[in-house]
Amino acid sequence: MDYGQLFTNVLNEMLGPTAIAYALAAIGLNIHFGLTGLINMGQAGFMLLGAYGFAVSTIQGAPLWLAFVVAIGAAVVFALLLGLPTLKLRGDYLAIVTIAAAEIVRMVGRSTALTDVTGGSEGLTGNAFKGTFQDASPFPDDRWALGPITLATNTSNSWWLRLVGWGLVLLACLLVWRLIRSPWGRVLKGIREDEDAVRALGKNVYGYKLQALVLGGVFGALGGVVFVLASSVQADSLGRPVTFNTWTILLLGGAATVFGPVLGALLFWAALVFVRGFLRGVVPPEVLSVQQIEQIGWILVGLTLMMLIVFRPQGILGDKKELAINAR
Amino acid sequence: MLAVLTALSTLLVGGTAHAATTPCSPDDATACLNVTVTVPGSGPAAGVALSVEGEGETVAATTDAAGKASVPLTAAGEYTVTVDESTLPAGTVLKDPAANPAAVTVALGRSAGRIVQVVPPEQAGAETDEPDGGDASTGAGGGSTGGAGTGADTEAGAEAEASAEASAGPGTNRYAQLVLAGLVFGVLLALAALGANLIYGTTGLSNFSHGELVTLGGMTAFMAVQWWGLPLWLAIIVSTAAGGLMGWLLNRVLFGPLRRRGVGITQQMIVTIGLSLAMLSSFLFFFGARPAPIVSGISQRMQIGPVQISGQSLVSVGIALVVLAAVAFVLARTRLGRATRAVSDNPALAAATGIKVESVVSRVWIVSAALASLGGVLLALYLNTTRFNFGSTLLLLMFAAITLGGLGSPLGAVLGALVIGLVVELSTLVMPSDMRYASALVILILVLLLRPQGILGRAERIG
Repeated sequence: MDYGQLFTNVLNEMLGPTAIAYALAAIGLNIHFGLTGLINMGQAGFMLLGAYGFAVSTIQGAPLWLAFVVAIGAAVVFALLLGLPTLKLRGDYLAIVTIAAAEIVRMVGRSTALTDVTGGSEGLTGNAFKGTFQDASPFPDDRWALGPITLATNTSNSWWLRLVGWGLVLLACLLVWRLIRSPWGRVLKGIREDEDAVRALGKNVYGYKLQALVLGGVFGALGGVVFVLASSVQADSLGRPVTFNTWTILLLGGAATVFGPVLGALLFWAALVFVRGFLRGVVPPEVLSVQQIEQIGWILVGLTLMMLIVFRPQGILGDKKELAINAR
Repeated sequence: MLAVLTALSTLLVGGTAHAATTPCSPDDATACLNVTVTVPGSGPAAGVALSVEGEGETVAATTDAAGKASVPLTAAGEYTVTVDESTLPAGTVLKDPAANPAAVTVALGRSAGRIVQVVPPEQAGAETDEPDGGDASTGAGGGSTGGAGTGADTEAGAEAEASAEASAGPGTNRYAQLVLAGLVFGVLLALAALGANLIYGTTGLSNFSHGELVTLGGMTAFMAVQWWGLPLWLAIIVSTAAGGLMGWLLNRVLFGPLRRRGVGITQQMIVTIGLSLAMLSSFLFFFGARPAPIVSGISQRMQIGPVQISGQSLVSVGIALVVLAAVAFVLARTRLGRATRAVSDNPALAAATGIKVESVVSRVWIVSAALASLGGVLLALYLNTTRFNFGSTLLLLMFAAITLGGLGSPLGAVLGALVIGLVVELSTLVMPSDMRYASALVILILVLLLRPQGILGRAERIG
C-alpha cells in the first residue's frame, strides 16, 4: 500500500475544516464541562443552529458579517432557552435536556414542513450560501500546493477556509487562556469543584453557569459554520454522534486545559483517517467492505471514550487533581 | 395537509434516489424534475404521458421503461405536474385523484421529484398517500424508500418508520385509530423503558446505552428468525435471554468494577455513551444500514369496532401486558422486589440491614436488559422492521417516558410511556409525521421545567 498517500491524507484531514470545526466545538464544550462542570450533551445542536443561522441568513441576502452575527445569535438564544429552566437542576438533567433539545433542532431542521427554509432532509447545498465567504477571500481563484497538499484557494474545502478556521481556533484559545486566569474563570472553576461553597461566597452561581453555557455554545455555533462552509448544511450530518465525538476529543486532549481540545481534534482525526486508510490498504475488500471499515473506526471511538473516562479522565494534557467530576 | 406532506417526503427521497440514473443532471442553471409513476406491488408504469407547466413554459414528457420521466428546467419556481389519466396502464387509476395536478417547487441546482402511484380502481382514494392498511410493508413518510441510510447519516431513516396501526384504513375512525396506535406504542415503550428506570432507581445511572439493548433484542430476533429459521415464539425467548446475558455481562465486566473503583456517576454516564456509540457502530458493521424485518409476511389485520389492529400487534401487546404485570408483582410482593425497592430508597441503609446490594444490582441489570430486549422484539414487530439505529432513536422517548413518570418509579415509567405513546401518535394530526418524535422531546423538556420529579416521583430526588 501507498504509505505516502496515506500520510498525506492523514495530514490533510488533520488540518482540514472538519478538524477545525470539531476543535471549535470542543473548545466550547471545554468552557461548559472543563471549566464549569456542565454536562452538555447537545453541542451538535449548537453547531447545527450556527450552521442554519449562517446559511439561511446568507441565502436571504445577508452580508457576511450579519450571517455570522445571526449564527452566534441563534446559539445565544438556544443557550438561554436551555439554560434558564435547567441550570438549577442536577447535572444529569442538563445532559438529558441538552441531548433532547439538540435532537429537536435536528428533527425540525430535516422536517418536510420546513423544506422551503432548511431544505428538509436533503439540506442546503453549499453553493447556495458559500458565495459571500468566498468573495471575502483576498486570494485569486487558483489551486495552490503546499508540501504534498494541493487545494483550491477559495472554493469549499480551501486554503482560505483553513486560514480563517485556524485563526478562529487561535482566537478562541487566546480567549480561554485569558478567561481561565481571570476572576470570572476562577469562579467557574469554583462552581465545578463545589457549587455550594461558591454560593456561600455570595456569587450568583446560576448567572455564571448561564454565561458559561452561552459562551461555549457560541464556539459550537462557529464550529458549525466552519463545518458547513466545507460541505453543505444537512441536519443529519450534525446529529448525536457529533456530540459524542466532541466529548471524545475533549477528554482525549484534556478538559480544563487551553490546548487540550485542539490537540484532541488533531489526534482524533489523524487516528481515525489513519485507521481507515490503513485497514483499507491491508484488508482485502472481500473481507471487509469500505462501509465496515468506516464502522470499525467509530467502534474504536466509542471504546476510546469509555477507556479515557475510566483510566485517564484528565486526558493527555490535563491535571488529574483539577478534574474531579462530581455528579450533583 | 398530511397527505401533501407525506407525498412531499416521499418525493424528496425519490428525487435523490433516482437522480443518478436520469439523463438530466442538476447544475447552477438547471433543475431537474423527476416524475416516477409506479403501480405498488407490480412495478413501474411505462408510457404515461404527463405535462409540466409553470414559469412560462410547458414541457410534455412520457415515462420510460423504469416508469420515470425527467424534465430539465431552467427557472426556479412552482411547477404543476399533470398526469394524463387516459395514458395510464390498462385497469388502473390514479391512487389519489385529488393530487393531480400536483404542485412541485423546483430550485436550481437540485433535483425535485414526484412519485405518482396508480392502482386498480378498488384501492383508489386513500386518505393518505401511503398504501392502505392491507399493505403494511410501507410506513408513513416512505419508511422503506428512505432506507438508503449510510454511515454518514446514521440517524436518518428509522424516524421515518411508522407503524401500520397509525395508518387509517377504510372503515376506521382516524382519531380512534390513532389513540389505539398510541396506546399500543405506549405499552411496548413502557416495557422497553422500564429497565432504564430500574437501573436508575438502584444505581442512579442514566443509561444512554439502553437504546442499544433494545436494538440488540430486535436484531437477535431478526437473526433467529431469518438466519437460523427459528419460529417467532422461540426467537422472542432467545432474544430476551440474549438481553439478560448482555445485562449480566455489562454489570459484571464494566459497571460493577467501575462502582467498586468508586468511579463517579457522571463518569459512568459518559461510559454508557461510549458504549452506545460502540454498540451502534457494531450493529451497523454486522447488519448494514438496511431495515431488517423480523417476519417478512404481512400480518392479517382485523376490524374491532371503529379500529383496525394487526394480529401481530395484538399478540405483542398481550405479551407486554403480562410481563409488565409480572414485573409489578415481583416488585411488590417478592423478597427480591422488596430488596430492590430498599436499594432504590437508600443503598447504604439497605446494605446495613443485610441486603446484598451488589447482587440486587446485578439482578436488576439482568432483568432490565432482558426487558429492553423483549421490548425491542415487540417494538420491531409493531414497527414492522428493525434497524441498526432503531433503539437509539427510541432512547430519548424512553428517557422522556421515565422522566415524565418519575425517575426511579417503575409504575411511573409505565404511565409516562403511555402518555408519550399517545402524544407521539396523536401529534401526527397537527404536525408532519417526521416530527412526531420531536413532540415527545418537547414534553420531556417541559416536564423537567415544570415538575422535574415527574408524575409519581418524589421531590427530593432532584438536588
